[in-house]
Amino acid sequence: MKMAAVCGSGLGSSFMVEMNINSILNELGVTGVEVAHYDMGSATPDLADVFFVGGDLADSAQHLGNVVILDSIIDMDELREKVKAVCSKEGLL
Amino acid sequence: MNSVLNILIDIASTPAILVALIAVLGLGLQKKPISDVVRGGIKTFVGFLVVTAGAGVIEGSLAPFGEMFQHAFNMQGVVPNNEAIVALALTKYGTYTALIMLAGMAFNILIARITKFKYIYLTGHATLYMACMIAVIMSVTKMSAVPLVLVGGLALGLANTIFPAIAQPFTKQITKNDSVALGHTGNFGYALSGFIGKYVGNKEKSTEDINFPKGLSFLRDSTVSITLTMGIVYTIVALFAGNDFISKNLSNGTNYIIYALQQAGMFAAGVFVILAGVRLILAEIVPAFKGISEKLVPNSIPALDCPIVFPYAPNAVLIGFLTSFVGGIVSLFIMIATGTTVIIPGVVPHFFCGATAGVFGNATGGVRGAVVGSFIHGVIISFMPILLMPVMGDLGFQGSTFSDTDYGVTGIFLGKLADMGGQIAVVAGVLAVLALLIGLTVFGKKKTTETKEAA
Repeated sequence: MKMAAVCGSGLGSSFMVEMNINSILNELGVTGVEVAHYDMGSATPDLADVFFVGGDLADSAQHLGNVVILDSIIDMDELREKVKAVCSKEGLL
Repeated sequence: MNSVLNILIDIASTPAILVALIAVLGLGLQKKPISDVVRGGIKTFVGFLVVTAGAGVIEGSLAPFGEMFQHAFNMQGVVPNNEAIVALALTKYGTYTALIMLAGMAFNILIARITKFKYIYLTGHATLYMACMIAVIMSVTKMSAVPLVLVGGLALGLANTIFPAIAQPFTKQITKNDSVALGHTGNFGYALSGFIGKYVGNKEKSTEDINFPKGLSFLRDSTVSITLTMGIVYTIVALFAGNDFISKNLSNGTNYIIYALQQAGMFAAGVFVILAGVRLILAEIVPAFKGISEKLVPNSIPALDCPIVFPYAPNAVLIGFLTSFVGGIVSLFIMIATGTTVIIPGVVPHFFCGATAGVFGNATGGVRGAVVGSFIHGVIISFMPILLMPVMGDLGFQGSTFSDTDYGVTGIFLGKLADMGGQIAVVAGVLAVLALLIGLTVFGKKKTTETKEAA
C-alpha cells in the first residue's frame, strides 16, 4: 500500500507530514507501506492509495479520490488517529 | 599521489557528487541498510543534475524576456523566483552551497544545543536556498575556501535560529502551541505583519468571520499560477516590444504573442523541473538532519514550512496573497515612475509569503491587520531585491533574484558588511550576532531585541 502527503509546492510541509507518517507507522509496527510527498500540481489519483492534505487544500485535492483531511498538519495526535484508521481499514493492524 | 589528490579535488568541486556524499553521510550516521544508502546517494546525485537541467530551461526563458523588456521599456526587468535564481547560482556556486549547507546544519544544532534558542530548521529547501545565497555573497568577498565555508555556515546556522525566534511570539499565538516554530524564508516579514497588525487592527474582527470566495484555491497549484501570471506578464511585455522586434530577433518568425506565451510556459516548466530536483536532493538529507538533531538536542523546537499556519486562517491566506500582490503591483508602478530596476511581482513569493503574512496580521489585528500587514509585506519584498542584487556580484544580472524577506535581511546584512570592511567586517558581524545569542542566553533576557540586530 502507498500513502502520500500533498501540499502546494511539495517541498516543505508535505515532506514533514511524510516523515511524521513514517514515524507513526514505525510506532504502530506497520511495515510494507510506502510513503511519499507531492505537490498539488503533479499529484494524480494513481500515485498513491490514500492522500493526506491540510484543511486549506481540501477543495483543491478533490480530484485525488481517497483523501484524508488534516485539520492541523502539525498535530501528531490527529495524524496518528487518522493513520491508524487508514491502517485498520486496510487490515494492516 | 598527485593524481589521487586531483581526483579528490574534482570530487569536492563537483557539487552533484558532493551533495550525494552528504546524503550518504547522513544515511550512514543513521545506520541505514546498505541498499538504502546506495539508493539515497544515487537519487541525491541525480537530483542535483535535475536542478541544473532546470536552470538551463529557466535561462532559455529569461534571456528573451530580458531582451523584450529592455527593448520595450529601456529598463532592466527582474522576475523574482527563488527556484530560478538558486538553480542559476548552483551551476557556479554548487560546491560552496553544499558545504555551507552542511556546515549550517551543524551550526544550527550547535547553537540550539548551547543557547536557549532551541530551534531546529527543518525546512530543507529554505536551508538549501539560503546556503546558496550566502555562498554567492561570501564569494564576492574573495575569502579562501575554508573560512568561507565556516563563516558562511555559521551565518546560515544563525539565520536558521534567529528567524524562527523573531516570529515565535506570533507563531505561538496562531498555533496555540510553543513546541513548533515557523521556519520559512519570510519570517521577518511575517513578524513585521504581526507587529503592524497589533497597532492597526482588532484581532476580534477575524478574517475567518467573513464569507470569502473559495474560487482562488486553484492558485495553490504552482504550475498553474506561475504559467498564468507569467503568461500575462510576458504578453504585456511582448505587446510593448512589438511583433517586428520579436519575430525578427527572437521568435524566428513565430507570432509574438504565441512566442511570449510559450516562453512563459517554459519558465513554469523550468520551475517544475527544478522543484522535482530539489525534492530528490532533500529526500535523504532532511530526515537525516531531523534524526540527528533530535538525538543531539533533546528539547528542540522544529521550525517548519509556512503552510503549517494556513489551516488556522484560510481566509487570511487568500486576503494576504491578494493584498501582498497589490503591494507588489503598486511598487511596480513606483519603480517604473522612478526609473529603477523593475521587479515584476512574482506570484510564488506573494502567494506563500503574502499568505503567511496575512495569517500573522490576522492573528494580532483581524481583517485590518491582515490587509495592512500583507500590503506592507508586498511592498517590502518588491523593494528589497533592488538592494540585494548589487551585493550578489555577477548573479545580480541574471534576470531573476531572491525575493522573500529573510534573504533580503541576511543578504543585505552580509553584503553591506562586505562592502564596508571586506572579509574582516563579515567575520566580525557574524561573530557579533553569535555573541548576542550567547549573551541573551547568559543574561536570560527576553528574546525581542535581535529583530533589530538582524535588520
